[in-house]
Order: sequence, then structure tokens, then C-alpha cells
Amino acid sequence: MNDLWQAFFKAISLVITLDNRLLEIVFLSLRLSLSAVGIALLIALPFGAVLALTKFPGRKILVIIINVFMGLPPVVVGLFVYLLLSRSGPFGVFGLLFTPTAMIIAQVILVVPIVTAITRQVLEELHLEYDELLRSLDVPWYRKVTALVWDARFSLTTAALAGFGRAISEVGAVMIVGGNIDHLTRVMTTAIALEARKGDLVMALALGLVLLAVALGINLFAYSITETVKRRHQ
Amino acid sequence: MFNRSIMRALGFAAALVMVGYGPASYADEATNNITLASTTSTQNSGLFDYLLPLFKKQTGVDVHVVAVGTGAALKLARNGDADVLMVHHKTSEEKFVADGYGVKRFDVMYNDFVLVGPDSDPAKVKGSETIVDALNNIKTKQSVFLSRGDDSGTNKRELELWKANGDNPKSASGDWYRETGSGMGATLNTAVAMQGYALTDRATWISYKNKQNMEILFEGDKRLFNQYGVIVVNPEKFPHVKVKPAETFVNWIISSKGQEAIAGYKLSGEQLFIPNAE
Repeated sequence: MNDLWQAFFKAISLVITLDNRLLEIVFLSLRLSLSAVGIALLIALPFGAVLALTKFPGRKILVIIINVFMGLPPVVVGLFVYLLLSRSGPFGVFGLLFTPTAMIIAQVILVVPIVTAITRQVLEELHLEYDELLRSLDVPWYRKVTALVWDARFSLTTAALAGFGRAISEVGAVMIVGGNIDHLTRVMTTAIALEARKGDLVMALALGLVLLAVALGINLFAYSITETVKRRHQ
Repeated sequence: MFNRSIMRALGFAAALVMVGYGPASYADEATNNITLASTTSTQNSGLFDYLLPLFKKQTGVDVHVVAVGTGAALKLARNGDADVLMVHHKTSEEKFVADGYGVKRFDVMYNDFVLVGPDSDPAKVKGSETIVDALNNIKTKQSVFLSRGDDSGTNKRELELWKANGDNPKSASGDWYRETGSGMGATLNTAVAMQGYALTDRATWISYKNKQNMEILFEGDKRLFNQYGVIVVNPEKFPHVKVKPAETFVNWIISSKGQEAIAGYKLSGEQLFIPNAE
């Protein structure tokens, strides 16, 4: 119990003093996870829309595979990306292993299935609801897609936040492909793992609380934006 | 209206990508840096946090430390994913060089392994003649022993010590002999929680902060000697190895400057590593 209190006060003092090393780690975590979510959205939104609104052979199997991939163990993704980027692997020539880029790649792989699956689900349901209306309107297909995506924008924000949550809280994959290198690839989760390994449980827990606070900040930001937009449209 | 909003959303996603990606990519391209595959003991003890800024100041070379177990570090280097290797299992290191993956191996420093356990010492290892006797007591009493179980240098040494007794403790794995498959610190955390024994290097033990009622119960046997070696990965095998800065690092750490720096690193008044390069 004592340790829990200590961790709590340590977390507060870390935040108040704006510890330089902490800022560096928080900034890198945010940079990587936001980039990963950005890239994942560019892939997953169109992919999810295609799965929801078109019919082609193998579609059902693809939907099931995407759902299974939501549960991909991060360590497995880490190993997979490691083998791809290793100097002995197919993409070794680029020298990307143990760089922030490698960590973004791993996070994108983790986030894409989640955003794709939620996008597909949301758009499919909306499409059922609006099918007749859309049919009666004589508009090109891309207008239908954009109309559906626009209508689903709040649910899709949740999809993006779920993806962000997966990216920023994940440790297994970024530890393997980033290497937890000080000042280069050390993010909040790998720093927490390192402090726990050193037996400094108070520091580890304090960093965990800071990570929660950062995630809270991002979610409040997203929430306030959607609320503002909703109000404007009422 | 719909289209503009979609464009805006895509633009936002693209902006997220740029923000993160821009600065990330040129950090990757800096050439005056090397990747050092090393062990958790050197990282967790804070040695590199102390040495590397000194090294950088004197030579301008940045060292990126990837700290994993000795077995994993050797594997990384065999895949060509490191420029320099600094680990602690001499026979594996010599094999690494003999197989053509390393240029030459140099001794750097040493410390020793110690047997830690709860101060009540249920297996009475305190006062044993040798480490082999101490382990034998644990086995006879079937006291809980936490093994790394991760092919690290410490794990390899521990298995060699059991073997000296003609024992294969893995037959009791899951019973009194428990393999964590984790790093030294995580294994110590488990040992503390289970009130079990564990073999650890002294540097990790001194820097470890969650000791509670655990203490060193056996030390000083010459079989607990723990030598660290350094090797530049062979550029003939992997042309991308940054030979020059890698050699700068090795030459520095075995020079009098590097050796004095190692000797100067103390934690709570204790010297953690003793330099012994020739």
C-alpha cells in the first residue's frame, strides 16, 4: 500500500518538475503512436469501407481473418517485424531495425485490424439502415461511401481511439523492434518495463500513472472535439 | 460538404503521419553511431548510463545499447543486427569469433555471481564450502530456486554449476526449480515474491532496489567468476557494420581511459565491475 502512495506522489512530482527525460519519453511515445494511428487510418478506413459495402468472393473469410488479427499477440508482431527488418531479413538493407520507424511499422500492424474491423461493422450496419434511401437517390457510388463515412464519423473516432490505445499501451512489439535504446527508441511502456526489471517498482508505477494521464489527455481532446462538432450540427 | 469533410479527415490522418514521421526519419540516418548488443546486467546496473556520455564526449560517437540476455545478444549479432557485442559467456563468445562472426575478442572487465535468498536461509547454504555444495543443499531441501531459463550468460553459468554436481535441475522444473524465462531483474522480483534462491551477477544485485528480506547467502567461489568480453562484428560477414566507430569503441573501452572509467563507477560505495583488459 505504501508503495502505491509513493508511486502516486512520484508521478505527480515527475509531472510538476517537467522532468526532461520524462518529457523526451512521453513525446516519443506520442509521436510514434499518433503516426502509427495516422498511417493505420489511411489503410484501415478504405479497407473497412470496401469490406462493408462491396461483395466479392472471399470477403467473409477476410472479415473473419481481420477479426482474428485484432487479437494478434504484440510479441508475435514484434518477432515478425524483427525478422523482416533484420539485416538477415528481406528488408535488412534499409537498416531500419532499432529505429523509431521500425516501431511505427509494428504499431501499424497492430492497429490496422482493430480500426478495419470497427469501420466495417459500423458502415455495414449504417448501410443496411440507409440502403433504400441511397438506392432511391441517383448518386454516384463514391458519394454514397462518403455520406456513410461522414454519418459514422463519431463511431469512427472511437475506432481511432481504440487503435491509439492499443498502440501507446503496447510493450512486447516495440521492445523487440525498437530495442529500448535510451534517447532513441525508449518509450513509456519500455521505460516502465525497464524500471520494473531494475526492481524500482515505485518509479515503474509512477511512469504508468503518467502514461494513463497522457492517454486521458488524448481522449479528452478527442471527446471535446466531437462534442463541439455535434453541438454545431444540432 | 461530405467530400470536404472526408478530405479534412484524411488530411488530419496525413498530418499525424508527418508530425511523427519527419523527425523520426532523419534520426535514423545519423552515421556516427553504433549499435551495441549487450546484457541486461550492464544496462540495469547503470554502467552504460555512466560510461557512454564519457565516451561520447571524448570521441563523438553515439552508442545505441540494446540490452538483452547474452544468448539473445549473440543471436542478434549473428543476424548482423549489431556492430559491437559486449556479453559475459566466454565459450560462446569464442565460438562466435571462431564461426567468423566476430573479428577478435577482448577481455574488458569482471565481477562475480552471488547466490541470493531469503535471510531465513531455509536450505542452509550459508557457510557452504563451495557453490556446488550450496546448490546441492537447495536441491536436497527442495527449496524454491528461481532460474533465468532464458539462455542468458547467467543462466548458462547456473546450468554449468548444477552440471558440476551431475545434476539436471530441469527435471524438477515447475516444482522447486522454477524457470522464469525473464531478465535478471524480473527473476529477482519473482524470487523475492516466492522467497526463493537465485543466482545473480553482483552488479545487478547491488543496483536492484526491491531486495526486501533477501540477501547474499553465498559468494567467493572462484567458479563464480564473471568475465565480460567485447567483440567487433565481422565486416567481412556483414558489410554494413560500422567498423570505424565500432573499433573506436572497443579501443576506448580497453584503453586506460575506458578502464579507469569502469573502475570509477560505484553504486552505494561499491565498485560494480573490475577492469581487466590486457
